[in-house]
Amino acid sequence: MNVLMAGVGGQGIILASDMLSEVMMRHGYDVKKSEIHGMAQRGGSVMSHVRYGRQVASPLIPLGSCDILLSFEELETARYVEYLKEDAHVIINSYRLSPPSVISGKEGYPDITPILKERTGRIHMVDGSSIAEEMGNPRGVNIILLGTLSTLLEPDESLWLECINSMLKEKIRPINIEGFKRGREVKIQ
Amino acid sequence: MKKMLSGNEAIARGAYEAGVSFASAYPGTPSTEVLETIAKEYPRIHAEWTPNEKVALEVAAGASYAGARSIAVMKHVGVNVAADPLMTLPYTLIRGGLVLVSADDPELFSSQNEQDNRHYARFAKIPMLEPSTSQEAKDYMIEAIGISEKFETPVMLRTTTRISHSMGIVETGDAAEQLTPSIERHPAELVMLPANARRRHPVIEERICSLRAYSNTSELNTIEMADTSIGIISSGVAYQYAKEAFPTASFLKLGMSYPLPDEIIRDFAAKVETLWIVEELDGFMEEQVKALGIDCHGKDRLPMCGELNPDIVKSAISGQDPEPLKEHPLPGRPPSMCPGCPHRSLLWALKRNKCFIAGDIGCYTLGFLPPLDAIDTTLCMGAGINHAHGMSKVFGAGKENIAAVIGDSTFFHSGITGLANLAYNRGAAVIVILDNRTTAMTGSQNHPGTGITIRGEQTTSLNLEELVKALGITWVRTIDPYDIKKTRKDIKEALAYEGPAVIISKAPCVLLKSRNVSGKRLVVDSEACTGCKVCIGIGCPAIEFKEDKAYINDMCVGCGVCADLCGPSAIGGGE
Repeated sequence: MNVLMAGVGGQGIILASDMLSEVMMRHGYDVKKSEIHGMAQRGGSVMSHVRYGRQVASPLIPLGSCDILLSFEELETARYVEYLKEDAHVIINSYRLSPPSVISGKEGYPDITPILKERTGRIHMVDGSSIAEEMGNPRGVNIILLGTLSTLLEPDESLWLECINSMLKEKIRPINIEGFKRGREVKIQ
Repeated sequence: MKKMLSGNEAIARGAYEAGVSFASAYPGTPSTEVLETIAKEYPRIHAEWTPNEKVALEVAAGASYAGARSIAVMKHVGVNVAADPLMTLPYTLIRGGLVLVSADDPELFSSQNEQDNRHYARFAKIPMLEPSTSQEAKDYMIEAIGISEKFETPVMLRTTTRISHSMGIVETGDAAEQLTPSIERHPAELVMLPANARRRHPVIEERICSLRAYSNTSELNTIEMADTSIGIISSGVAYQYAKEAFPTASFLKLGMSYPLPDEIIRDFAAKVETLWIVEELDGFMEEQVKALGIDCHGKDRLPMCGELNPDIVKSAISGQDPEPLKEHPLPGRPPSMCPGCPHRSLLWALKRNKCFIAGDIGCYTLGFLPPLDAIDTTLCMGAGINHAHGMSKVFGAGKENIAAVIGDSTFFHSGITGLANLAYNRGAAVIVILDNRTTAMTGSQNHPGTGITIRGEQTTSLNLEELVKALGITWVRTIDPYDIKKTRKDIKEALAYEGPAVIISKAPCVLLKSRNVSGKRLVVDSEACTGCKVCIGIGCPAIEFKEDKAYINDMCVGCGVCADLCGPSAIGGGE
């Protein structure tokens, strides 16, 4: 299985992909994960590749083989469309963060739906950012989206909760568990 | 026990299990997390940030001379800084195992070049190990310490960004005992004056022959026979890409990429129909295989530039070009300086004073991007001061406005000698030290100016202003870059001064707790806003332009620079 996570530096993508990797390792799979740090911390595009299965060679997902794309920002989703398998699941957080050229008024924010539809019809919009705001934890979008993602994957909820408990500090566990559960309630087909 | 570890975390774990006592590094992407992990997880290892990589390698060598196991960690270009000790270290007697970790950056994710540091192993005549997974990163570190002690040589362990920053499952093991240090005098092997070094050179030549023999028998290099129509020799992450693309091919996987195992290579080449060498960047192994008289493919089809991936390897070897991708032009999202970053207003002010700005390595390099367009040169650590000095000399004092910017960490790394030169040779460029009290670009590491060690202990803090004066600079002023009007005035004064002038632009990085901003979001009075776009010109990600008016989004931290620049005083709040 190949899961790609996309978004912007500072959205918690690294932690989300760490958690998915940990869950899949505990589920018994070989796991590899790759992303770029460094410059990405300064508001640039971020993507993280997570691959798991009986045995994984390359830490990078080959083009046309991504099963699920989990995107934290709308425009960022479209950057990775060539990675998608036909009919891959695309989960998109309904959130727009304008890049510099849009901020300065040089160009408009693009419509990404037609780009995605060339590859897949399984596009799921999730109000992750709104749910996070509503919970008073705007930085908790990542765990909400993981909750939604988890409904498409094999492991039981209990394994996810076990990993949240072991990977997060006690103080922030309850709000993250709540966020995860809220994410799981989002229905996607 | 099984753990998900990045390559860098696995190297740190390997150092721990190998009984390493001493670890030193200068931060540099993608290498930084090795020392950070050691400092955090393995208290029995002494860890220190050094001002630069030359110091890192030399202190590690000192620990080794005392009989302790040690490692020095750096990014690829850091090895250039450490190249002076590296070239003579193999002449000396290595007692405790000594490993130099070099993290290369194919594709230049966060670097100024994509040099291939495998050449350094051949240049210095020392062995090089290249892990291809996190598990191997840990295992090879242990192996590297063993080889270092067995052959009394420094060993290089090379990763690339995709090894350092990828995670994989690692089976951890028990830690070996650390060695007890002792003083031993070996002047003939440790004092590298000509008479001694002359006698030591043949030792290196004999050693590399022994290492080649070792390479031919070591389990680091393994043959995996399968379909013999294609045989692939590869190392590092390139091996994983090739395995992904051609799972049924035969492989010679090289964990030791220098010296190459010539006998195993001949043996493998004889068993396969077509031989491919799959390696990132240079044809380092390919040239050596061809020098053995073996026919092979490699860089005739594989690129020299950028990183590889399974798709590139597949199309190169199969000879089938991939389907052309449909172009979807999308707005780019380059990294930028953070909202409230103190570099922004300083660079803007220099630019407004019509300066040519020689840059350096750090977050401020991002001032190159529009709309600031404020960085005119970037070469390597510490070069900016020297560029500015050389340029201003050829014009003569007072003819052109020539400035250099350099961060505090970069200044301690390799700016001090340049500034001494500028004072000594009566230069006239304006040097701005962007003193944000941290090594920001690599994720906020301490340095000799912060007064805190890697483990959070209090220590001495180097006084920048006194240091600059001691170097012979007579015009020195410490300024607050958030006070934009005063900053412009000070820059003007520095430019007019008939001699070297140094401005210390002092404001903590906005990502530090000690930051000097209100943290409260400013607002634009849209009635008062004339849409002049002056505020847009500073390139702050928190200021947007919507319906012909400025708008401040929730990324604002209230530094107030835009409010000070706003002619109609339309920006307020935040107090």
